[in-house]
Amino acid sequence: MFRIFLPLSLLLALLSISSILIGSHALHFDAKSLDIILISRVPRTLALILTGISLSVAGVIMQQLARNKFVEPSTTGTVESATLGMLVMLIFFPAASVFYKLLVACISAVIGTALFLLILRRVPLRSGFLVPLVGIMYAGVLGAIITFIAYKYDLLQSIWVWIQGDFSMVLRGRYELLWLAAGLSFIAYFSADKLTLAGLGKQVSINLGLNYSVVFVWGLIIVSLITGVTVVNSGVIPFLGLVVPNIVSLLVGDNLRRSLPLIAMSGALLVLFCDILARTINFPYEIPIATVMGIIGSFIFLFLLLRRAS
Amino acid sequence: MIQTRNLSLYYAKNPILTDIDLSFRSSGVTSIIGPNGAGKSSLLSLVCRLQAPTSGDVTLNGESIHKLDNLQLAKKLAILRQENHIVSRLSVADLVCFGRFPYHQGRPAKEDLEQIDWAISLLELNEFKNRYISELSGGQRQRAFIAMVLAQQTDYLFLDEPLNNLDMKHSVNVMKTLRKAADEMQKSVVLVMHDINFAASYSDEIIAMKAGQIVHQKSPEDLMHDDILSDIYDMPLKVENVQGKRMCLYYL
Amino acid sequence: MPKKIIMSIYYSITALRKRLTPACRLLLAAVCALLVVIVFMSINVKASWEFTLTFRGKKLITFLLVAFCISTATLLFQSLSNNRIITPAIMGFDSLYILVQTSLVYVLGSMQYTALNSYLKWVIEISILVIAASYLFQWLFIKKHYNLYLLILIGVVCGVFFHSISALMMRMLDPTEFSVLQDSLFASFNAAQSELLIVSIVALSAIGIFLYRYHHYFDVLALGKPMATNLGVNHSAMTRVCIIVITTLIGLSTALVGPVTFFGLLVVNVAYIVCGSHYHRYLIPMSILCAIILLVGGDVLLQHVLGYDTKLSIIIEFIGGVFFICLILRKKI
Repeated sequence: MFRIFLPLSLLLALLSISSILIGSHALHFDAKSLDIILISRVPRTLALILTGISLSVAGVIMQQLARNKFVEPSTTGTVESATLGMLVMLIFFPAASVFYKLLVACISAVIGTALFLLILRRVPLRSGFLVPLVGIMYAGVLGAIITFIAYKYDLLQSIWVWIQGDFSMVLRGRYELLWLAAGLSFIAYFSADKLTLAGLGKQVSINLGLNYSVVFVWGLIIVSLITGVTVVNSGVIPFLGLVVPNIVSLLVGDNLRRSLPLIAMSGALLVLFCDILARTINFPYEIPIATVMGIIGSFIFLFLLLRRAS
Repeated sequence: MIQTRNLSLYYAKNPILTDIDLSFRSSGVTSIIGPNGAGKSSLLSLVCRLQAPTSGDVTLNGESIHKLDNLQLAKKLAILRQENHIVSRLSVADLVCFGRFPYHQGRPAKEDLEQIDWAISLLELNEFKNRYISELSGGQRQRAFIAMVLAQQTDYLFLDEPLNNLDMKHSVNVMKTLRKAADEMQKSVVLVMHDINFAASYSDEIIAMKAGQIVHQKSPEDLMHDDILSDIYDMPLKVENVQGKRMCLYYL
Repeated sequence: MPKKIIMSIYYSITALRKRLTPACRLLLAAVCALLVVIVFMSINVKASWEFTLTFRGKKLITFLLVAFCISTATLLFQSLSNNRIITPAIMGFDSLYILVQTSLVYVLGSMQYTALNSYLKWVIEISILVIAASYLFQWLFIKKHYNLYLLILIGVVCGVFFHSISALMMRMLDPTEFSVLQDSLFASFNAAQSELLIVSIVALSAIGIFLYRYHHYFDVLALGKPMATNLGVNHSAMTRVCIIVITTLIGLSTALVGPVTFFGLLVVNVAYIVCGSHYHRYLIPMSILCAIILLVGGDVLLQHVLGYDTKLSIIIEFIGGVFFICLILRKKI
C-alpha cells in the first residue's frame, strides 16, 4: 500500500504546486504576487484538495448504504435536496448567516437522502442498474421542484449558476468550511470497518452483531453533511464520488479500511487535475470545473458501465 | 423433422451445452429429462430460435431455422417457457388470441376464433374466459398459457415443465391432452419434465441429459432401469413394476 | 351525510367503469379534448380576433404536436421495455439536441448558421439527432445480453456528457455567436417557429401512418421478447424501428418546446387507468387525448383561472415529477 502512496503523494505535491502557479496573473517575486498566492491561489488549491477528498469519501459511503456501485450524492438526490434547503433559505431568510444556511442545507440533504433510500426499499431490484436510474429520476424530480420554486422567485439563473462547481471565487476566509467536510471524511475512516460491513446488507450485519441502523444513520449523516458543505461552499462536481471509488475498487477491492485513504487521495488528485485543465484550456479564461469533470467523469462512468455489462 | 448439429452454447467460458446432435421425431411425444443444470431449458431455447447458439446449427427439414422466415417458423414450431411474466392486463381469451397472432396478425377471423374456443375448452378454462390472468391461480394461469401455445397450431410443440403449479387432476388432463394432440393431430410434442414417471407413462421416447450433453435417447421401456436412472440423476434409484407400468419411486 | 354522497359517487363511477367500453371512453375523451380546445381558443379574448386566432392557433398546434410526440414516445418505450416507470425523455435527448445546435454554430460560425434555410436547418438537426441517437441504441443492441436498464443508464450518462461538451463549446464561443445560439435554443410553447411546425406535421403524419399500420405488433412486443419471437414477430427489427420512431418523436418535441421529462410518464399512466384496455389501438389515441386535455387544459387554467405567470412546462414537470415518486412508492415496477 505504501508503495502506491509514495508516487501519489509526489504527484499531489506536483499538482498542488502547478495549481498555485497557474492563474491569469503572472507571478513575480514581489509583494503583490505573495498576496495573490496567499489570498487566492493557496486557498483555492486547498479547497480543491479538501473537496476532492470529501466528495469521494461521501461517494463511497453512499455506495455502501445503497449497496450499489453506481450511486453518489449527485445521482441520489442528495445534492438537489441540499440545494432545495439552500433555496428556501435564500428566499425566506436571505439575511441569515452562512452557518444557518449550512445547517438547513444539511438537514434537507438528510431528509432527501433518507427519502431516496426509503424509495429504494419499495423498488424490487430486478437489475443492479435500476438503482442509479431511480436515483437520477428522483434527482430530476427534485430538480423540477427547485426549478418551479426558483422560477417563481426569479432566482432560476442564480441557483443553477451557484450549484455548478466553480472554484474561481475561492479566497482566503471563504473556503474554511471545507475543512469541516474533510474532517468528517477522516472521522469516517475510523468507522470504515463498520461501514464495509453495513455494505453487505442488513441480514449479514445483524448476524455479525453490528447495530445496523446506527451505522446506517451515521453514514447518512456524514454524506449529507459533506454534501451540504460542498454545495453551500463551492458547488457540485458531478460524478466525482462515483468514478473515484469505482476505479479504486477495481485496483484494491472494497475493504474500506484499505481503500478509503486511497480513495481520498485519488479524489484530491482528480479534482486538482480537472481544475488545472479548466484553467488552461481557454487561458486566460476559466471554465467551471463542473464542466470539465462532467466530460471526464461521464466518460469514465460510461467505461465502467460498459465494463460491467460485458 | 427438426435436427441439431454440433449445437453448443457457452456463457463466457462456461459450457452450457456441448456438441448436441439430436433428431426430434415428427410426431409423438418426446420427454427430455435430467438433473438441474443439465441444459434442458437452454436446449429448448436454442431449438426454437429464442437464442443463438455459440456454434452449431438447428435445421427444420434440412434448412437452418435462422435462415427461415420468422413468421412462417411461428406456424411450424411453438415454445412455452418456464417463466412467463406478463405486465399487460390480459384476459384468458386475449392471451389465447395472441397464440393465433402468426395467422391473424391482429385481425382475428372466424377460424381463429374457433381455434381459440377449442383450446380454451380443451384446457377446461371456459368459466375463466374473461377473467384477467393476473387474477387466476398459478395452475389456472399455467393452463391458459398451454391453451395459448396449443392454439398456435404448430407441427412442433416445445413445453418447458408444463406441469408446474398444476394439481394432480389437471396434470393428468394436460398430459392426456398433449398425448391426444400427438396421436390425433400428428403433432410432435417435446416436453422438459422433472417428473420421470409422467415422462415414462406418456412418452414415445425419452431423451436424458446430463451436464450439457445427451446421455441417452431411448424408449421408456429401455430407459426405466435402475442403473440407467441412477447414473443420470446421481442418486440410488429403483424402478418398480406398478400395474404393468414401470415407475420410479424416489421419494424416500 | 358527506360520506354517503362520496360512497354513492364511488359506486356509480365503479358501475359506470364496467359499462363503458374502451371505444366509448375514447369517444368521451375526444369530446373532452374538443371542449378544452374550444375553451382555449375562445376564452377571455382581449385583443383583435385575427391576432388572437393566429397567436393561439399556433400555440394550439404546438400543444397538439407535443402531446402526440411525448405521449406516443413514452407509451411505445414502455411497451418495448415492459416497464411502467421508465421514460425515454431522461435519456439525454435534450442534451444531444443542444449539442447538435451548439456544434453547428461553433463549426459554421454565426453568419453561415443564420444564413441557412430554416426548413433545411430543422431537417438537418432532427436527422442528426435521430441518427446519432439510433446509433447509440443500435450499438448497444449488438451486444447479445443487453440489459434495458443499462441502456437507459448509458443514455442518461451520455446526456450529461453531451451537456458538458456543449457547455464547454458555449464558453468558447464569442458573445455574438452565443446570442445566435441562445435564440435558437430558447424554446417555449409560445415561440415555436413556423418552419419547425411544418416539418413536425409532415414527420408526425408519417409516424401516424406507421402506428396505424403496426399497432398490433406493439401488443405482441409488450408480451416480452421470448413470447414475441415465438409468435413470429421479428423482435430486433421491430425494436430498431420503434427506437427510430421514439427518437424522432422526442427529438421533435425537444426542438419544439425544450426538454419535458416527466409529462410523458404522467400522461401514459393516466391513460392506463382510464383506457379500459391494454391494446395499443385504444391506448395510443387515449394517451394522446389525455396529453391534449392536460396540456391545453393546464394552460387555460394557468393563464385565465389562476392568473399565474409561471411557465407551463415547469408546472408540468413539477406535477409529473411528484406523480412519479407517488407511483414508485405505491406500485411495484
